[in-house]
Amino acid sequence: MSSEFSPSTSRPSLYRRWTLSTLKEQSIRVLLFACALVSVATTIGIIGILVVETGLFFSQVSVGAFFGDTVWAPQSSDEPRFGIWPLACGTFLVAGVAGLIGLPMGLLAALYLSEYASERSRSILKPILEVLAGIPSIVFGYFGLVFVTPYVLQPIFMNGLGIDVGPFNVLSAGIVVGIMIIPTISSLSEDVLRSVPQGLREAGLALGSTKFDVSVRIILPAALSGIIAAFLLALSRAIGETMAVTIAAGSQPDLTLNVFRPVETMTAYIVLISLGEAAEGSIEKRSLYVVAMSLFLITLAMNIVARFILRRYRNEYQ
Amino acid sequence: MLPSFSKVIAEKNANQPPAHGTQVAHGVGDSPLHIPKIETRDLNFFYGQRQALFNITMSVPQRNVTALIGPSGCGKSTFLRTLNRMNDIVDGARVEGTVLLEGIDIYNPNVDVVALRKRVGMVFQKSNPFPKSVFDNVAYGPRIGGLTDRRKLMEIVESCLKRAALWEEVSHRLKDSALALSGGQQQRLCIARALATDPEVLLMDEPASALDPASTARVEDLIFELRRNYTIVIVTHNMQQAARVSEYTAFFFQGKLIEIDKTDQIFTKPKEKETEDYITGRFG
Repeated sequence: MSSEFSPSTSRPSLYRRWTLSTLKEQSIRVLLFACALVSVATTIGIIGILVVETGLFFSQVSVGAFFGDTVWAPQSSDEPRFGIWPLACGTFLVAGVAGLIGLPMGLLAALYLSEYASERSRSILKPILEVLAGIPSIVFGYFGLVFVTPYVLQPIFMNGLGIDVGPFNVLSAGIVVGIMIIPTISSLSEDVLRSVPQGLREAGLALGSTKFDVSVRIILPAALSGIIAAFLLALSRAIGETMAVTIAAGSQPDLTLNVFRPVETMTAYIVLISLGEAAEGSIEKRSLYVVAMSLFLITLAMNIVARFILRRYRNEYQ
Repeated sequence: MLPSFSKVIAEKNANQPPAHGTQVAHGVGDSPLHIPKIETRDLNFFYGQRQALFNITMSVPQRNVTALIGPSGCGKSTFLRTLNRMNDIVDGARVEGTVLLEGIDIYNPNVDVVALRKRVGMVFQKSNPFPKSVFDNVAYGPRIGGLTDRRKLMEIVESCLKRAALWEEVSHRLKDSALALSGGQQQRLCIARALATDPEVLLMDEPASALDPASTARVEDLIFELRRNYTIVIVTHNMQQAARVSEYTAFFFQGKLIEIDKTDQIFTKPKEKETEDYITGRFG
């Protein structure tokens, strides 16, 4: 029909030719893939070791004893006992206190940043909050041990209310871990709050809502699932937290709900055994792996649930 | 003469005679029903350094539909949002001049913007129901006003949904999520929600532009019906729509108010050349 579209004879061939540049492209690809593979392989390796050692542990200690016994005394010379509950209880108690402190404070900070703060104050406050996330956790632990317990908890509870507060206790550990997770919660929640469509804010304001009405009645409910996910991620971080709790909460595996007493968390136990002299292949050493495995499964489950909720939340507004 | 619109207007006048009688003819303000509800005087508006509105002086008659037309970016939406101070939430926005609601300057520092917005409701271009039930959406305004009595809330919800011509479709699913409604239903729900705060003025920012023709027709009928009780200001890109639903039309161009008059007049015998060029499709 139109002669001007007749095929030209000088066009480059569509077939691939092997040149130096295609070779380079291939090797870059392989290199990058290898780098990605390292972290995947490490993860798989760790999980593999955990599974194997856990299996060996359970060949010596029955599953019933692990979940049924309420005493954790792996180093007892006459009769070692491996009931996970004291460690689990210590872990959840510290995480619970941390949650009670960190969740509301982190959420309110997020609400301020996303709904109230001007661009200017946001640009100042956000980086400061993020610095908090960069403080090494051992500093927090030390802060709990040498400041929170002697200068905050003991004056209030011991001198004021007559409750015995030891140098190591759940409350101080919970408080410092709670402060530690504030940036996690506030930054995740802020993302979630800001992703609530602007149209809903405008609709609320146009109906004669105050900012507070809009925040509490519209934005928070709309962002609820995302906030729950942020909470779960932060709590899983609190559960996995090691140094702060090892220092502040002590290492006494008691099954207690008393926050003024020392406990031993799963992570603190792992530190203890790693640094100790338990022989390779001994039941003590293996107990380290089974605790690590439990910890891994708990935080993994929380992360998966949180990511799932978060992804569903994101889809809701797209 | 602009024959394309004379037909629309003739049809409108034949089918639905204006609520307050045609005896008013073309004289603005010679009837008590046409007293101004909102007046703006020398209204200037700035986004940071950029001026978006220039010396807008106009009045919006009570219990009538006033349409704001003009090409994209002409300032009609900005103007609409100065009337309930929605521009307050925009960073760097600045207003000069006065906007009077029944003689009271709404930019006076003593004016409570929350109270203002209860009297001047708004419906947005993109329907924005809250992710709550149909009932909770409509009950939102009364509830933030402090009403908790379930029976009273139910009465309000029912009457607002009826006024928004949505009751028959949703009466059996008040507890369902508002997000499950169709686009047209969502927009009518937003109108019902705006009515529930019992406003005197309704600002509508292209309320039908995202809807299919059938839903658009329903919303237009609704607007035409609502003008009996409310003062309505509607921004629209659709000139047929302006011609169908409004009594008055204001043409904005490049941040300036070019012309405001009876809709019949604007669409048949515009005074300004720019208005004529726009509505005949010569630009915009």
